[in-house]
Amino acid sequence: MYNYVKQISAFLPNKQGTLTGFTQLLADNSLDLMALSLADTTNFGIARAIFKEYDKALAVLQQAGYTASITPVLAVGVPDCPGGLNKVLQILNRENLSIEYIYNFVHTVDDQAVLICRVDDGDKAVDELQKAGVKLFDRSELQ
Amino acid sequence: MYYNEHMETASRDELERIQLERLQATVRRMYDNVGFYRRRMEEQGVVPEDIKTLSDITKLPFMSKIDLRDNYPFGTFAVQKTEIVRLHASSGTTGKPIVAGYTRHDLEMWSDCVARGLSAVGVTADDIVQVAYGYGLFTGGMGVHYGIERLGATVLPISAGNTKKQIMMMQDLGTTVLACTPSYALVLGEAIRDMGIDPETIKLRVGVFGAEPWTEGIRKEIEALLHIKAYDIYGLTESVGPGVAMECKEACDGLHIWEDCFIPEIVDPDTGEPLPDGQIGELVITTINKEGMPTVRFRTHDLTYIHKEPCVCGRTHRRLHRLMGRTDDMLIIRGVNVFPSQVESAIVGIEGIAPRYLLVVDRVHNLDTLEVQVELLPTLVYDEVRKMEALRAKVQKSIEQVLGLSVSVRLMPPNSIERAEGKSKHIKDNRKLD
Ligand SMILES: [Zn+2]
Repeated sequence: MYNYVKQISAFLPNKQGTLTGFTQLLADNSLDLMALSLADTTNFGIARAIFKEYDKALAVLQQAGYTASITPVLAVGVPDCPGGLNKVLQILNRENLSIEYIYNFVHTVDDQAVLICRVDDGDKAVDELQKAGVKLFDRSELQ
Repeated sequence: MYYNEHMETASRDELERIQLERLQATVRRMYDNVGFYRRRMEEQGVVPEDIKTLSDITKLPFMSKIDLRDNYPFGTFAVQKTEIVRLHASSGTTGKPIVAGYTRHDLEMWSDCVARGLSAVGVTADDIVQVAYGYGLFTGGMGVHYGIERLGATVLPISAGNTKKQIMMMQDLGTTVLACTPSYALVLGEAIRDMGIDPETIKLRVGVFGAEPWTEGIRKEIEALLHIKAYDIYGLTESVGPGVAMECKEACDGLHIWEDCFIPEIVDPDTGEPLPDGQIGELVITTINKEGMPTVRFRTHDLTYIHKEPCVCGRTHRRLHRLMGRTDDMLIIRGVNVFPSQVESAIVGIEGIAPRYLLVVDRVHNLDTLEVQVELLPTLVYDEVRKMEALRAKVQKSIEQVLGLSVSVRLMPPNSIERAEGKSKHIKDNRKLD
């Protein structure tokens, strides 16, 4: 049974200084940011991030007036060699699993790059990736 | 249940006959006894004999709060002071208050209106009603009080404030009905929850709330907190006080205005032109069963419309829609009248969106633009930009459908929009008009 990694998603209005306000808040609360991705439109953005202490991060953000929530995501181990990422994506593609977004961990873990991945059918993706021998990092290994 | 079945279910013909008779008598008394209104009528070239049908009411001059203030304290009374048995006053934010005088007949009429309203929401002689409206110059406390006694229910005149004592009395006496402002009902409900009191130890079943504007959202909140059915009561000191109009439990949709005592009109707030039933505009009330201080075509500045359909409860008196704001809040954008409360009704219930908004009006290349900023709830419902964008578009479509006007919508973080306690805080108008 795979223990999903918990991602924090937060809404960022598109105004000058919102991102620095966000990172400042994390720093002030000594929250260890392990991965971060940003997506935006002209009107607003969404920050997605993995923290060691995801529950504390959620509380800090909501108390500071952010709209935020927890989303379960996969943490996929990608061998640190050419073609590593391709191998993972090919498996998902073969099984018609659509990827909503991916982004990378700042550091490698056990010499592997860690890919944060949100797929429409997470349970199926877990099965297929594990069958193909791809390493999935459990929440207990990261958080 | 009806309190005065004959009057509450009278045929429209009979009601209108009573209305015309009473309107004519009221206008005659105003003309004969209230100098300022007589001069107004003369300026407009109208005499009491001109009122031959109900629709002739539009020939009469309006009255406003300013008129009452200018004739402070007794200048608009239509009877000798010996006939006045009670005075109330509405607090003015600046300067002098407005003084209202009541004859014995007026107090009877008022109690009767309140008793009808209470009865319409199922209050009976078996109930204990806790009146947590303020007592004193304000009409709320005493107005509801005498209506309760008239109905034969038991009144607990505790007045406003002292929340802990309110809750203790509620538990000890087994209060079944609460009458107060909706905001105080929320305070009581939250206090009961925060004190960890088992709602089963409280027997409340009905709430009668008024004296300030509130929304369907607040109604749901109060009902959930207090485990009651909450009803809207409407009134204003210039007309009499609370009880001018009241919801019924059968429809719980619109407030029956007692038309044998009050004639409601809806007019365009800008031009004063009468609007047909179903159209939103300013409520204008003429008191036709009041001796002490009748008010003719009084501009309430409250926005509402009159329901077109007869009510399922059998009452023939027409219904005012729950108040939709104040005329001071009305905006005219590209020629369309826009009321902030319409936006609220458009966004309420959309997942992830708080009922908090700001209308930002601007003029770009001689064209009015309207941006609606809406607040998100603290919990993000989607972690994908595409879905958030779809949510934004959904909010936009919903608002556009209600307003009949194209708008842009901006999603805002929680608590970023200033709380609207006074009026006009829902609006930021950047247009420079000359
Ligand atoms: Zn009804």
